[in-house]
Amino acid sequence: MQLIIIIISSVLINNYVLVQFLGICPFIGVSKKLSPAISMGVATTFVMTITAAVAWIINQYILIGLNLQFLEIGSFILVIAGLVQLVEMFIKKTSKPLYDALGIFLPLITTNCAILGLALLLVIKEYNFIESIVFGFGSGAGFTLALVIMAGIREELELADVPSYFKGAPITLITASCIALAFMGFAGLI
Amino acid sequence: MFTTILYAVLSMGGLGLLFSVLIALANKKLAVEEDPRITEIAELLPNANCGSCGYAGCANFAENLVGGKSQINNCSVCGNDAKETIARILGVDVQTGEHRVAVVFCQGGKSNATKKGDYRGVKTCLATTFVSGGERACNYGCIGYGDCVTACPFDAIHINDEGLATVDRKKCTGCGTCVSACPRGVIEMHPISHHVFVQCKNIDNPKVARSVCKHACIGCMICERAVQGVGFKVTNNLAKVDHVQYTKELVLPTDKCPTKAIVILGQADES
Repeated sequence: MQLIIIIISSVLINNYVLVQFLGICPFIGVSKKLSPAISMGVATTFVMTITAAVAWIINQYILIGLNLQFLEIGSFILVIAGLVQLVEMFIKKTSKPLYDALGIFLPLITTNCAILGLALLLVIKEYNFIESIVFGFGSGAGFTLALVIMAGIREELELADVPSYFKGAPITLITASCIALAFMGFAGLI
Repeated sequence: MFTTILYAVLSMGGLGLLFSVLIALANKKLAVEEDPRITEIAELLPNANCGSCGYAGCANFAENLVGGKSQINNCSVCGNDAKETIARILGVDVQTGEHRVAVVFCQGGKSNATKKGDYRGVKTCLATTFVSGGERACNYGCIGYGDCVTACPFDAIHINDEGLATVDRKKCTGCGTCVSACPRGVIEMHPISHHVFVQCKNIDNPKVARSVCKHACIGCMICERAVQGVGFKVTNNLAKVDHVQYTKELVLPTDKCPTKAIVILGQADES
């Protein structure tokens, strides 16, 4: 039950992009077309799930164990950067199609604030190991959801008759804020 | 105080070391050997990334060339010199493919096609297909708002006075971008030596087809009978030129076509 609540809360109620405003850069940058948006979403979900597991271990056994909580941010950045590199090499070796599908997005995720945010939130929420992984996966799914919704709308926006001064970034930001408002409505769900 | 600093330095240094060793190991163990020919070929390709070869960009195409999954002829933009050099790198013979150009399969311009109403809205072909399909009654023909013109990177396709897309066969490089831009699928790629076409895509029954356009193919089979089935074939109320069988010696049934749907394109200035 606890796990289901974590999933619902991370996908809808505390959606990373639309409620917590983390990872806005890929949200605007990679949402022009649907298929790259899905690739980016899958890549992020993948990295988030792994990061959640590793960040939990580091936090539990190194940071708390040695009483070094002030090193949270530094160590998590280190872990995420190293991990993404490893995962990239591993995928390139084992599954070329997946590597091609994720493409440039995988290395870009290294500097995605949503991932660091996930690691830091894990510590604040004091989840156990399984809960952390579920939280990581849910967050990634929420990120994908936001990205896919946005990409779908932006594909239609291409055809819409937008006033010339609103074309491009302005109308995108307005659209994003409208979706965000809608997602705020989930706040009372649990 | 001192122990905290020591622990911090040790743990972070240890973590950093651990990951650097892991990555160094992974780099050795998981190294994927890339064929040096890939970069060499990628440099020779046009690098326009037009996608007409069916792959995501020229680099991806180069990979598939080296892997033997594709052929250099699939690149329609690349010149013959470059093709030969690439073929030499790959160690294969080129059969330099014939240059292909876009052909618009519609003659339903303003004076020929029946108008079904006025369209006021976003003037792109794609947008109109979502609403009413433009002003012309034919559901298979050119809409005439020029999505192909916007898409063409070489300024080789234009909307003429009749409101029809027309291809400049000299400028067309054969990249096929317009084919995917057209929501109706009116544009096809054909070798430049092909001159005779049934310029219609309408597969409605003859009565409907004739009511929407003066130059619609009504599938009457007169052309097929005139050549005894060699060179013309009627399927689904629509005649098609069979370019494999079609030869210049055949008497053209152009004038026999009751709706003048058979057209000879740009023969005089090319061959």
